[in-house]
Parts: sequence; C-alpha cells; structure tokens
Amino acid sequence: MTFFFQNVVNALQWGSFYALIALGYSMVYGILMLFNFAHGDIFMVGAYIGCGVATVIITLSSSGVIVLPHWLILVLTILISMFLTSFVGMLVERIGYRPLRDAPRASAAITGLMIGIILETGNLLLLGAQRIKFPSLVHSTTYNIGGVFVTNKKIMIVVVSIGLMLALDQFVRRTKYGMAMRAMAFDYVVVPLMGVPINTIASMTFAIGSALAAAAGILFGIAYPVLDPYMGIIVGWKAFVAAILGGRGSILGATLAGFLMGFIEIFVAMVFPSTLRDLIAYSIILLILVFRPHGFFGEPYSARLRL
Amino acid sequence: MPLLQVKDMSHDFGGLRAVNNYNLSIEPAQIRGLIGPNGAGKTTIFNLITGIYKPTEGSIIFNGHNIVGKFPHEIASMGIGRTFQNLRLWRHMTVLEHVKMAQYSKITYGIIGAFFGTAKRNREEAEIEERAFKLLDMLGIKELSDQKVVNLPYGAQRKVEIARALATEPKILLLDEPTAGMNPEELAQMMDFIRQIHSELGLAIFLIEHRLRVIMELCEIVQTLVFGEVIAEGPPDEIKNNPKVIEAYLGKEMVA
Repeated sequence: MTFFFQNVVNALQWGSFYALIALGYSMVYGILMLFNFAHGDIFMVGAYIGCGVATVIITLSSSGVIVLPHWLILVLTILISMFLTSFVGMLVERIGYRPLRDAPRASAAITGLMIGIILETGNLLLLGAQRIKFPSLVHSTTYNIGGVFVTNKKIMIVVVSIGLMLALDQFVRRTKYGMAMRAMAFDYVVVPLMGVPINTIASMTFAIGSALAAAAGILFGIAYPVLDPYMGIIVGWKAFVAAILGGRGSILGATLAGFLMGFIEIFVAMVFPSTLRDLIAYSIILLILVFRPHGFFGEPYSARLRL
Repeated sequence: MPLLQVKDMSHDFGGLRAVNNYNLSIEPAQIRGLIGPNGAGKTTIFNLITGIYKPTEGSIIFNGHNIVGKFPHEIASMGIGRTFQNLRLWRHMTVLEHVKMAQYSKITYGIIGAFFGTAKRNREEAEIEERAFKLLDMLGIKELSDQKVVNLPYGAQRKVEIARALATEPKILLLDEPTAGMNPEELAQMMDFIRQIHSELGLAIFLIEHRLRVIMELCEIVQTLVFGEVIAEGPPDEIKNNPKVIEAYLGKEMVA
C-alpha cells in the first residue's frame, strides 16, 4: 500500500509537468487553431532561463550584495523566468505564426517544428553540447508519512503547479482578455468586430503559455537538475498528447489529462518493466482517444473562416 | 456630410472580380437596403467595410476618415457595428457575456482589478451590466441573460447578435439578412424592432435582405447588386418595377 502511495506522489509530480506544458499547447490550439510545436522547446528555453536567473540571484545573495532567504530566491527565480520566457513566446508568435495566419494550417505547423529546431541548435551553439547543472534552489528534506517518503521538492512542485493552474483559470474567467480568449475559441472572426485587438490577445496567449512552460522548466530542473538542449522534445510531445486528450482549448481538460498521463505512466512502470512503459501507456491513451475523439471536454466544431 | 461613403471600390478574389466599382453614400440616421441574388457580393461589401477584407481599389470614408487598411477592431471602435447572415455567436458563452464582450474597450480595469475586485472594477462592471441589461430589455431577452446561447431558439439568437452589435455603440449598423430563416411572426417582430432601434438610437442602418417586403417597408433607398455591380439604385417602388432588377431576380422571359 505504501508502495502505491509512493507512486501516487511521483505521478502527481510528473502530471504537474505535463499539465503545465499542456496548458500552453491547449490555449494556443483552442484560441488560434494552431499547433505550436515549438512549445516543448520553449519549456527547454524556460528551464535554461530559470537556470541563468537562479545562478545570478544566488550569486548576488551569497556574495552579500542583497541577502535573500531561500524561499524568496525560489519565488523570484520562478517569476522572473516566467516573465522573460513570455517574451520568447511572443517573439515566436510574432515572427513564426502571425505572418502565416492566412497560410494553410500545415505550413504553420511546420513553422513550429522549425522554430523548435532553431531553439535547440541555437542553444547548442550558444552554450555548447555539455549538459548544464541546474542550481540547487530547494534544500531537500524528506518526510516519512506513514511509510511513504515525500520530499519537500515534490510537494512544492505540485503545489506551485496547481496554484498556477488556478491562477490561469481565474484569469480566463475574470479578465476581459480571458473573456476575449474564450470568445476567440468559439468564433474568431467576430471578436475584432467587438473592438478587440486580436493580435494583442494572440500575443498574450503565447506569453501565458510560455510563462507556464518556463515554470514547468524550473520545477523540472529542481526535480532533475541536469539540462540539455533536447530535454523539451519528449516531454513536449507527451504534453501535446495531453492537450489534445483534454479537449480543444479546455483548461480543465489539459490539466486533468496531464495528471492522467502522469498516473498512467507511473503506474504502468509500477507493474511492467520500465522499458515497456511508454508502449503500454500510450496504447491506453490511444484507446481513450478512439472512444472520445474530441478529448475529455472538447466538442465537435465546424471549420471557421480564418483571419 | 454623409456618415459612410464608399468611392469606386473594387475587390478581387484571385482573378475573380467580386465587387466592381462600388459606390455608396449613407447619411446619418438613414436606412439603406442592398438586394441582389445569391453570390452577388453583398456580404463581401460588408466584409470590406468592416475591414475583414481590404479592398483592391477605392476608398471608404467613415465620419470623415478613410478607414481602408485599418484593423477591424479599429473600424469597429469608430462606430461600425455588424451582424452576420449565419449567426456567429460564441456557442457556450452566456447572453450577458456576449453583450459584455462588445464593451471590451470600455473595460479599463486590469488583471489586479479583476483578481481582487477593486472598487474601480466593481463600479465599471456595474455600469457595463447596466448598459447590457438595458439593451437586452429593449430586445426582450433580458430574462435569458444567464443562458448559454447554444440553448436558445433561433429568433432569440438573432436578437443576441443584434444586442451584441448595438453594445459596441455603433453610429451605423450593418445587418446581413436579419430576417433569414424567420417565420412570418418573427419577421414582423424583427421589422418592428429595426424601426424601433432606428428611431430610439438614431442609428444609420445598412441592410442586406432577400425579402422584398422587408426592403420595401423599411428602406428609403435601395441598391441592387448583380455580379458585384450595382445595376439599379433608388427608392423601393422604383426598384421594384425596374426591368433590370426584375430580370436579375426572375429571369428574362418573365420580363417579356
């Protein structure tokens, strides 16, 4: 039984990564009808930016320029990195997608792939091929809760992720930007006729998705403190699967699907040899999709006139 | 000075000229009609005026400003409101949200205000809801305000679309076949309603219609568009008896 709960904790951690990244895919797909295949690499860029920001703040703090408590270093690293990475997302939208609004969807999709490769190889060029160690932001403490070992890192990762998801949910419900995003997901064409600058909303969608990916990148770096330029590919693909499984543009759907994928992967690995993990896990997900082709919360939609 | 003036506007889709040398002049508070067979280019003209398409040639002067090349949201903010022939509502949003969305530019409170419910946010929200309910009341759909539009009957959905367009506070309202698919009772209601908004809000209205009856009763001047060109323009009675119009609508033999 403790073995079971041990795995629940691990599944929650992986689910957090998938869900945070899936939200960015899902929002862009829902609002702009675009698969942003560069998103996994934005997660990678976010992790590197987080690494840089953390290093700078830790250096400043330890050299006595401004002495900060550990928790504040963590919070600042996450917030500053989210802020910086949002500009990467906006840049990708501005350069890669906006000029292709009228282009066939497939062209926009390969743009994402190309930008992804540019980000990976650009990073390689900039920082070289060696892996980089993510600085230690959280001093690991392990709690023994009835035989289940839980580290403070895992708790922090899950809590921060859920907090960000709730904040996003409130943003979409309460602000005029969120209202415009929801409207654009249903019918894009009429939104500007209500006086809404849709380019601003498109930028904002990318900014938010990228900021969440950056948060995921830092949390990932805290859990697995080795970064490499290709770290975003597999995780990104899996998060993409979660986004589609959740249903087009559904925040709740992407979140639940992200956690579900974490659970399926971890529990498959609990029962079967870990080499079979993805084979079995993704066969299960394929089966789910066969019965729910629109995902959990997606609904059938008709083709809409694009701008 | 006319409120909306279109001069020598043409538009090509690839090699096809969809609109050719189109001219229009609408005075403030005038009701104008545009008729023509399917595919004549009527909706294209609406898309050109509202900035969804950019005309290949010509100018569009609204309230003294050339609006060609402006973004659709800028044109909308200047005071051109519009409805669509096939309803374009946000299926799972409520009626009230539709009318709120149309007041987007009036919402000035930011993310902090939205999250923490500041006094400014509450005051603005109250004003926006008050305006929204006033409009919904005028259209007789106030009691549906918290319903998702996907659950509403067709006639009510049309009204939501008009309420949404009116909430942008337009100086001119472009209505694309507002009575399409309506039964005679709904049709009569809609015509009364168009008269009402015209007299109460002092709006100019530019109307695309298929039903001659609607045009005859509402419009001061009507244009007939065939294959992207205006073949006749004048008061409804004149248009009705114009041989070119009869030919376009009914075919040549009927004229002879």
